[in-house]
Amino acid sequence: MAVYDITEDYQDLKPPVINTGVIGWLRNNLFNTWYNSLLTLLFLYLLWMVVPPFIRWALIDSHWASTSAECHQSGGACWSIIHANIRFIIFGFYPPAEQWRPLTAMIILFALLMVSRNRKWWSRYLIFTWIAGLVVMGWLMKGGIFGLTAIDSSQWGGLPLTLTLSVFGLAAAYPLGVILALGRQSKLPVIRSLTIIYIEMIRGVPLISLLFMSAIIFPLFLPEGVTINKIIRAQAAIIMFTAAYVAEVVRGGLQAMPKGQYEAADSIGLNYVQTMRLIILPQALKIVIPPTVSILISAFKDTSLVVIIALYDLLKTTQSTLSNPKWMGFSTEAYLFVALIYFICCYFMSTWSRKLEKELSTDR
Amino acid sequence: MASRQHSSSNRTAFWQDPDKRAIVYQVISLGIVLMVGYYLFSNTMANLERQNIATGFKFLDNESAFEIGESMISYSAADTYGRALLVGVLNTLKVSFIGIIITVILGTIIGIARLSSNWLVSRLAAIYIEVLQDIPVLLQLFFWYALFYQFFPSPRQALKPLPGVFISNRGLVFAVPAHHPVHFYMLLMALAAVVGSYFLRRWARKRQEETGKYFPVWRVSLLLVIVLPLIAWIAGGAPTAMNIPVLRGFNFVGGLNISPEFTALLMGLVLYTAAFVAEIVRAGIQSVSHGQTEAAMAIGLTPGQILNLVILPQALRVIIPPLTSQMLNLTKNSSLAVAIGFPDFVSVANTTINQTGQAIEGIALIMAVYLIFSLTTSVFMNWYNKKSKLVER
Repeated sequence: MAVYDITEDYQDLKPPVINTGVIGWLRNNLFNTWYNSLLTLLFLYLLWMVVPPFIRWALIDSHWASTSAECHQSGGACWSIIHANIRFIIFGFYPPAEQWRPLTAMIILFALLMVSRNRKWWSRYLIFTWIAGLVVMGWLMKGGIFGLTAIDSSQWGGLPLTLTLSVFGLAAAYPLGVILALGRQSKLPVIRSLTIIYIEMIRGVPLISLLFMSAIIFPLFLPEGVTINKIIRAQAAIIMFTAAYVAEVVRGGLQAMPKGQYEAADSIGLNYVQTMRLIILPQALKIVIPPTVSILISAFKDTSLVVIIALYDLLKTTQSTLSNPKWMGFSTEAYLFVALIYFICCYFMSTWSRKLEKELSTDR
Repeated sequence: MASRQHSSSNRTAFWQDPDKRAIVYQVISLGIVLMVGYYLFSNTMANLERQNIATGFKFLDNESAFEIGESMISYSAADTYGRALLVGVLNTLKVSFIGIIITVILGTIIGIARLSSNWLVSRLAAIYIEVLQDIPVLLQLFFWYALFYQFFPSPRQALKPLPGVFISNRGLVFAVPAHHPVHFYMLLMALAAVVGSYFLRRWARKRQEETGKYFPVWRVSLLLVIVLPLIAWIAGGAPTAMNIPVLRGFNFVGGLNISPEFTALLMGLVLYTAAFVAEIVRAGIQSVSHGQTEAAMAIGLTPGQILNLVILPQALRVIIPPLTSQMLNLTKNSSLAVAIGFPDFVSVANTTINQTGQAIEGIALIMAVYLIFSLTTSVFMNWYNKKSKLVER
């Protein structure tokens, strides 16, 4: 750390060549001290050890559309496993003739997400569009009316299932979480303690225990003869879990509201519902948008846990592809592919969240 | 609303009196919760009776009749379910404890690397953080576990990166010092050194507050921790015998064996959580404004003192709360061990549920154990927050 900046005394001199351009940049950012130079060289060496062999394995020696036998003979990556099983990995057991339906549903979802990215488009109509979109997506997936054959939800799988669990999970968990957060801030002791018990209990246990509960215990809760589909039970567990986390995030927003806001609302004679709906929540929810997006990201990642209760989400379809003797031993390629899908989705969300954070912080 | 009351409180209808209305709301909500609870409870009881499943925790005393791959206490299939579950709890604690220590160290290094003035190091750290955070931890566990089986050779062709260390698809085996009574005394001495350092620190702080004289506590403590066990070792005759693993049949005998399940679980949890810890550390260090460093330099503190006395106390206040929640996350995520077959608590409880059919009790136990972990952590957090709260004047 420079305590004394010597350049200030010689401001009219031109900077030496070694301080500008590529050389200057290299000197300032990579070789400014002896240990930084050492670190740079060490990491360059490590990269040299790792990156070229990886590129060789993944791109040069690799197979993209061969049979599994050819793959077993070569030393490179076998992307053919993806090529040969892509439909199963993405759509699971959904009947192949009808797979255009989940595909269309996903396209609608991505279109809606793209539109919602831009804050200029946020309006009441967008909410209606979303509701309409969700209904259409549900209809496409489930069918049964308007000329589409019904597909039982036990046949849903792959990426559409992962997306369904996350989108519906968050859509339901968000309002529930807001209500829980309001309950936790409530002045009524019974309501406050009930919500505190709920939130702390859910946040204290791993999601997997809730999923086990949905898979094993939930059927016992229902009267004789009533059964609920496994996917819906897992969905309920995810909603219960996410809602508790949303509640804590929203509580942070509520606590950040200055007391004057409540007093001002009281003084113009608003009742509790009006105060919350018109004054407090719009401000509180706005400041917690970034942490809410990180809840969204972790909820999306956490849907992969349904593998453990044997739902065929994206990860599980990949695993069952790998248990096919023909494609055994190519797990690295398959897992890298799935990781890439998850990464793209999460990266999209987190960059968006960062952008939003910047936008929201400047307009204050 | 309340203003109407004092004019004529007995004329106010009860639904316009906020106090009475509050009671009604609470009675209704409590009533709904109790009714739903009772409904679920009665259904469950009826279902259990129909399926002839006994309730209660008596099954814990029955013989478990299943083996557990690795255990810190002696355990066999003839032991009870209760003991099997205890093995599970200990395994969970083991992987969480080791995982937390490595995560904090690795996360701190990556967090500092993220702030490095070296462009290459900082970019690599940023890529690490972004990539590892955005891939589900379960997928990472599967990946490492599969990698173990795919790339590492069988024990016969085990890799030998260092003498006495073998890596194969049966796990990591390495030589450890052969058992000797002196090790116990070394441990005792190390413990004594830690306790001694604690009192040394208190004394040094007190002296510094009274006289202003500085005492190099860290260096002396470090010396104590190294030298005291060394003295015990030399006094005990400096035993150097090693327990070296040898290949016998299809696997190694002797040495310390770390199973692939444990390694994959530990790697997955550590690499995933370290990305989050790195972000926390970075944010914590950045939260201390540069003016603090400059002010400390201006009054002539050494770089070490600046870090110890000025930056760390302030940064830790920002770092510790989210860090504890990450530690708790790591502990909760260790329950994913069930997916790769490491016998942690959830995995043992799951086997128990499958064998006995005592689903409700089993899941209640899982939840209870993790709730205890979380509540202990939040008690610590409250204590720490109270201790480190800014004293505003």
